[in-house]
Parts: sequence; C-alpha cells; structure tokens
Amino acid sequence: MTVTELVSYEDALTSYDPVMGLEVHVELGTKTKMFCGCATTLGAEPNTQTCPTCLGLPGALPVVNAVGVESAVRIGLALNCEIAEWCRFARKNYFYPDMPKNFQTSQYDEPIAFHGYLDVELADGEVFRVGIERAHMEEDTGKSTHIGGAAGRIHGASHSLLDYNRAGIPLIEIVTKPITGAGARAPEVARAYVAELRELIRSLGVSEARMEMGQLRCDVNVSLRPHGREAFGTRSETKNVNSLRSVERSVRFEIQRHAAVLGDGGTIVQETRHFHEDNGTTTSGRVKEEAEDYRYFPEPDLVPVAPERAWVEELRSELPELPLARRTRLREEWGISAHEMQSALNAGAIDLVVATIAEGADPAAARKWWLGELARRANEQATELAALPITPAQVARVAALVAEGSLNDKLARQTIEGVLAGEGGPDEVVEKRGLRIVSDEGALGQAVDDAIAGNPAIADKIRGGKVAAAGALVGAVMKATRGQADAARARQLILERLGAAE
Amino acid sequence: MTDLTRSTAAQLAARIADGTVSAVEVTQAHLARIDAVDEKVHAFLHVDREGALAQAGAVDEKRARGEKLGPLAGVPLALKDIFTTEGVPTTVGSRILDGWVPPYDATVTRRLKEAGIVILGKTNMDEFAMGSSTENSAFGPTGNPWDLTRIPGGSGGGSAASLASYQAPLAIGTDTGGSIRQPAAVTGTVGVKPTYGGVSRYGMVAFSSSLDQGGPCARTILDAALLHEVIAGHDPLDSTSIDAPVPPVVEAARNGSVAGLRVGVLREFRGEGYQAGVLQRFEESVDLLRELGAEVVELSCPSFDSALAAYYLIAPSECSSNLARFDAMRYGLRMGDDGTRSAEEVTSLTREAGFGPEVKRRIMLGTYALSSGYYDAYYGSAQKARTLVTRDFERAFAQVDVVVAPTTPTTAFPIGERADDPMAMYRADLCTIPVNLAGNTALSLPCGLAPEDGLPVGLQIIAPALADDRLYRVGAAVEAAFEARWGHPILEEAPAL
Repeated sequence: MTVTELVSYEDALTSYDPVMGLEVHVELGTKTKMFCGCATTLGAEPNTQTCPTCLGLPGALPVVNAVGVESAVRIGLALNCEIAEWCRFARKNYFYPDMPKNFQTSQYDEPIAFHGYLDVELADGEVFRVGIERAHMEEDTGKSTHIGGAAGRIHGASHSLLDYNRAGIPLIEIVTKPITGAGARAPEVARAYVAELRELIRSLGVSEARMEMGQLRCDVNVSLRPHGREAFGTRSETKNVNSLRSVERSVRFEIQRHAAVLGDGGTIVQETRHFHEDNGTTTSGRVKEEAEDYRYFPEPDLVPVAPERAWVEELRSELPELPLARRTRLREEWGISAHEMQSALNAGAIDLVVATIAEGADPAAARKWWLGELARRANEQATELAALPITPAQVARVAALVAEGSLNDKLARQTIEGVLAGEGGPDEVVEKRGLRIVSDEGALGQAVDDAIAGNPAIADKIRGGKVAAAGALVGAVMKATRGQADAARARQLILERLGAAE
Repeated sequence: MTDLTRSTAAQLAARIADGTVSAVEVTQAHLARIDAVDEKVHAFLHVDREGALAQAGAVDEKRARGEKLGPLAGVPLALKDIFTTEGVPTTVGSRILDGWVPPYDATVTRRLKEAGIVILGKTNMDEFAMGSSTENSAFGPTGNPWDLTRIPGGSGGGSAASLASYQAPLAIGTDTGGSIRQPAAVTGTVGVKPTYGGVSRYGMVAFSSSLDQGGPCARTILDAALLHEVIAGHDPLDSTSIDAPVPPVVEAARNGSVAGLRVGVLREFRGEGYQAGVLQRFEESVDLLRELGAEVVELSCPSFDSALAAYYLIAPSECSSNLARFDAMRYGLRMGDDGTRSAEEVTSLTREAGFGPEVKRRIMLGTYALSSGYYDAYYGSAQKARTLVTRDFERAFAQVDVVVAPTTPTTAFPIGERADDPMAMYRADLCTIPVNLAGNTALSLPCGLAPEDGLPVGLQIIAPALADDRLYRVGAAVEAAFEARWGHPILEEAPAL
C-alpha cells in the first residue's frame, strides 16, 4: 500500500471541483419483513425471527409487504419524486453466505420512485438542492460475525456465525443524482443531506432512522474534476459511513486524497473504501476491476407493483409537513436564527420544544430548558434528549412555576433534577423537597429580622445610607432559607426595616 | 395385484366412503404393490410407510366418527419429490439436498393432507426437474412399466411410472416444459398442466419460476379432475397464484362432450423428427374428434419454431438464480468443511459434487445468458419470442376452443439413447413447451399405441389460460370414445411386471 501525502483541503479545492453521489439505505420500521411475515424486532436471539422464505429454504416464495410499498411511495413523494405507474422487483445475483438465496430481491431499471430532489439547509441558512435519481425497494441481508480474526474482519477468521434475523427486513435505497456545485461546502452538503433525509424519514414515521443502529446507512461516492471540466473524474465509493460526522469527514478526506493522487499525476482507482472513525481516513477495500455483474433480471416470483394514481394522490395529500418547511415556520414563530434552529435540530430538541410549547410554555422558556439544562444532562449521560425521563408537559410545568414566581432558576434546576431522578412530577418534587420560594411575609420577615439582629455592624452601615451593603444581609437570608427565599422581596424588607431607600 | 390397485381413485374413494373397504386396506394394498414391483420400476425415492398408514388410519377414524369425507379421502397418491414434506426427506432428485428434511409442507402437500389423501412416498425425477427421461436423477433412472429398458419420460417419470405400474392411482407432477404431459404420454396415463398460477408453487422447489406449474397425474380423466380440484386454488403464499375460483373441472370431466367444439390443429407440430406411428395416432384422434361432432380448423403458429430456443434461455436463466441458494451454508450437502477452507471454497466444492451434469449445464447456460453484454441478445430476445408465442396462442384461441397436438414427437426411447445428446433430449418437449411459455393449460391422454413399437402415444389438448375445465370436457369425451373402441383402458395392454 502506498501512502499518499494528503493535499490540504484548501489546495485541493483550488484545483478541483468535487462531485458527490450518496446512496442511503433506510431500514423501514415495518412490523414484518419485506417478503414474509417474520417479525423485525431488534435485538432478538439470533435466527429466531426466520421462516422458510427469509432463510431461502427450497420451495419458499416471497410475498410483498404492502406497508413496505406504501412507505416507499411516501418516501418517494416526500422526495418530490415521480412514482412509477408500474414497476417490478429484480434479482441481484451474487454469492454471499449471509444472503440466504444468493440473490437480493431488489429493483433494477424500474424503481418505484425517481427524478426528485431534496432541499437541504446549511448552517448559515443557505438552501442547497440535492437531486434524487431514484428510490427503490429491496431487502436486507443477514449478519455475519467473524470469529477468530482481527477486529471481526473475515480475514484470518476461523469461522463465522450467521444471523438471518435481519435477512429480508425492508430497505429503501435512495440514490442522489451527481451532486455538483457544492465546491468547498461539499462535506457540509453531504452531511446536511443525510441529516435532512433522516429528519424526513422520521417525520414520515416509516423508520426511526437511527444511524448508530444501522437503520440508516450511507455509501459516499466522491470524485474530482479540474475546474471547468464537464466530465466527471473516477470515483471512489466509501461504504457504510454511519454517522453524520463521519459523512462529512469522509468526504473531506476523499477530496484531499483524490487531489493528492491526481496532483502527483496518478489515477484514481474505482474501488470501494472503508472509513475509519478513529482517525478519519479511508482505506482501500475491494478493487472493482470491472463492474460486478449482478445479472439482474425481473423477479419471476413476484407480480409487478402498480400503484394506483388515486392512491398515490391520497398518500400525497396525507403527507405531514416536511421537516425543512416546518423548521422554517417554527423559526419565524419562535423568532430565532437559522443557526439557533440548527442547534435545536442537532440536539434533537425540535419536537420536544414544540410539544412543550403545546403544553403552555412560551417558546423561549421551552427552548431554554431543553437546549440548556436538559441538553447538558443528556450529554453527561450520553443519551438522547428524547430519552431523558422527563416529559414536555413536565418541562412546561416547571416553566410555569418559574413564570408565576414559585421557583427561581436554581430551584427549577433542582426540580428538574428531582424529576429526572424519578421522584415524581414537578409539583411532587417541589413539595417533597420543599423547593417553593419563601415569600410569605411571616417566614421571610423572621429571616430578615434574624439577619439584621445577627449582623448589627452591617445593619448600621445600611442605616447610614450604604445601601450596597444590603447584599450581605440578603445573602444571610438566602443562606438561612437554603436558597428558597425570594431574594428581591428580602432586599425590599431589609431596606424597609432599616429605614433606607435605593 | 389386487382389484384395489387396479381401481380408479374415484372407485376407491366411493368404496372407502361407503365402508366396503378401509383406507388402511387400500394403503396396504398399494404398499404391497410397491414392495412387489418398485425394485424393478424404481418409481419411488422414498416410501413413507408409517406416514401413509397413519394418514389412512385417520381417514378411517374420521369415517367411523361419522364425519364427512372429502371426494378423494383415503386414496393413495405418489408425490413428486419436488414438493416439500414436513419431516419427510425431499431431494428433488439431487445429491445437493442430501440429508435435508424440510421443516414445512408445500401448499400442495398441505392440501393433499387436508383432503385425506394418503401420501405413499416421494417419486423419482430428473434432478431439479431438468430432463425428459428421469435419467438425470442422482438416484438412478426409473423404468417405463411398458418396457423397463425404456425411459418413463421426465422429469416426472417416477410419478407417471407409479401410475402405469399400479403402485398408486394418483400422482402429482410438475410441468415446466412438459414434465407432466410427456411422461403421461409415454406411459399411457393422464397428466395435466394447469393454467400458470392455478396451483400454488409454495413449497415446490423452483426450477424456472415463470414456467413451473404443479398438476395432477392419474389413469383417468375423472381422477385427474378430482385431484385437480383438491390442489388448485388461490394461495396467499404464492404471489403468482391466481385469485379466482377454480374452473369446474370435475363437472366437466363428468360431462365429456366435443359437439360443436372448434378444434385447432397446428401446422408446426408435424414433419421431421416426428415418429410415423405418433403422427398416425394423432391423425386418428383428429378424425375421432370430427366424428364426435367437433369442427377441425387448421392453424399456424409460426413463432412456435423459436419456442424451444426461447425456453432453453429463459428456463436456464431462472434456474441459475433459483439454484444459487444451494451453497452448503444452511441445509443439504456440505463438502470440504474441514476447517481449512473458506465458505466460498466449501460452496464451490459442494456445488461441484452435488449437482449433476445437466443441472450444471443449465446453470452455466443461464449465467451466461443473463450476463451483462449478453442479456439483451439472449434473455431479452427469449422474452420477446415468449411474447410472440403467447400472441400466436391468443390468435389461435380467437378461432378455436382448443388446440390438439401430439404430446411428444416419439414414443418412449431406450434408456441411455439420448443421454449424450442434449439437443435430441430437448426435442422431446417440442410440442409441450409453447404452452408453458404462454401460461396456458394442457392435458395429455392416451390415444393408442404406435404400430411400429407398441408403445403408448399421447394426445395433447391445449386450452387458453383459466379454461382448464375445457380440457376435461374434451378429454373425457375422447377417453370414452377411445375406450369404447379399444374395449378397455389402454394400460391393460401393458405387459405384466
């Protein structure tokens, strides 16, 4: 293996124009597999969710999952695609032990959806349109676990374990048109595209699209061409890039690597590459000396899929508000910048904020709690915001308690802590922990009197007109009430009793 | 041989239903017959003695309880070893499935069991149904009961031979290019290829998915119809299964008639390669149809000349993909798994050892035909030819109700004669293949013995898709007229085994 000195990203962009193509596989969240009735529950014991069909037993036949087709049409519509009036499944033939039939039931030249686009918003609010070539239906393979080799690779393994639970789970493969014109922002565009696609898939409710669970998998094609040249350069295909950050990094790396190879007068080999999360590099996988011959032909065991126009229109009319449009609307409603909205999106907070507002909180307070205290705690626990054991209604209640003056920020944080610790709802936590602000005149008056009596020297200074010294007595009151006093009211009382004025 | 093994399925069912004989007695009689003759015939790959007697016992108990029995309850049947049978080995005539015991029943198997039909065992066949002689079985050939040195047809030679040797009154076959009809023709029995999609393919090990069709085999038209009604009908597990009522085949078989029927005779099915005695019996059959009141129309379907070529591209193409699953990973034979070889090497060694030469030939043909750069010229052209064949049939059926043809160009040839000449072997299906390409339905029934060799000749009746009942109406009329002429069923002229 020859090690190429990378060209700096800036230098690469000075000479070349990057062209990308993204292939995203989305595992649908259907209850059953694409071509049989087996369950799709994640994490089941190996080979417990299998049947003659998804094991490829002799004689078994596929039957199309209607929900899978419906999901594909909805994804196609949301991607502004045309929906085929008639299309077929095709067999993609190749041998691999985790593929039970040694062909994958997929679609070839007749995809269910084609010729669409997805608008993606970059961090500064610029909208970039990514063309969609096609979206087609296919099935997932099983999973191989190689035992005895280094790092689970097949090389050097003594044997492999095969789990067919995943075999036959419906996949939608979404392929972009060549993405040109992104220039230096290519890595950002790639990331934004995958992020927007993920949001879109989630908004349709067809998949949770969790990249870390393999529910959304990304292959990234990159090529470079000298500025001004029409023809594309040779591409490399980086397989299984499985986080948004990795998508961005892998594009950046490949741009630098291609530029280095081309700059040295070398040629890019058309090959698949592996991305390494640890150092952000890619290494050569399988060289595609000639395009692999999958011997596609129409799947004779299935009948063509012909989505009726009236049904397609019905699905179109039932599409939810799509994520970018929704974020644009919310930005206006909440009065925030594109960058702030991006933060909310990245934190996975948008739906939570929306729900909290729906429970009566004002937008600023809802955003503040979710993106502040709660985001911090989620981060600490390395969990998703939505996974925290607190509901939007509870956050709204905390915000309401603050708004009515029953809690200050500090007490509110303690209340949230209590809710997260499972001590009950906000009111219950406030009650149990005794967090309510002490503002009734009796208890507060007593604390003020005690503070004056306990600090005669300071009291004298105040009487003498040094109002600024009141802070020390407020501090004493707060200490005595363990932070639960209404600080402003305490100050007022201190000044009153000592005959001083601001 | 007892009268029980000589009886038709309809007669046996009636006797079981009225209690004059028990299902167990009927099964025992057939098991005894198998014991007596199958060593010579080799129709069966596996006899499920216990399963058969248990199934027969269950029918008898059901009758004893006064429950209503199905029209074929208690009647024994020989099942082609291409249908999965839960707990009973299924080999498809191949070494590659060595040791595999299916965990599930094919839809056909399930329907047979639900109807109280007694499955005696699994019958011999050309490996993966690829062949016209049953010589391609990995487990040795089957003899034709008319002459054990001759082939019983194929791929369903075991099923046809079991009927012709009275080992079973009913059998199931599959027909991809003629594998039900051609064995029926050369053994003097009846075989029906239903309309594509008429009988579920679920659990029927695939050879060529767009052509394969399971169907009934019997010694009489009525028996075939009774069996047809049991196995046909929509199956949600098979996407290509027709979601429509089964044509009234039994009613048609009970009311044979050709009066007023327009019958087409094709110019393409004669001439070179056709045995004189076969053509002679065919002409006599056409004369008989006229006598019975049919109007005979001469037709031409020019595209049929390319049917054989199209078939030998489409079927191998699909088979190359369908047979890819036999990779030693999950079931069946596994060779060379000694810890030193990769999965790919084990797959390769297993396929090398597990598939016979004809299967390999077709996998290679199909792999080639589907290859990029060749796809359009081979698979693509074959599909176009297939469309032309379908259109020619449509034009024909615009003019006639049924088409008649010889089932196969010759009578049974000697075992070994065409073993080294695949093209000669493929020509055995010349007259049957167009029907599979078009997805139509066809039946073969005996129309006499060829004068030159005294061996059975089959008459093929072809009807449009979904008109399966028409085959039985015509078939019953022809059968009755021939038997009246001969004085007995043709099988009675077969030599004793």
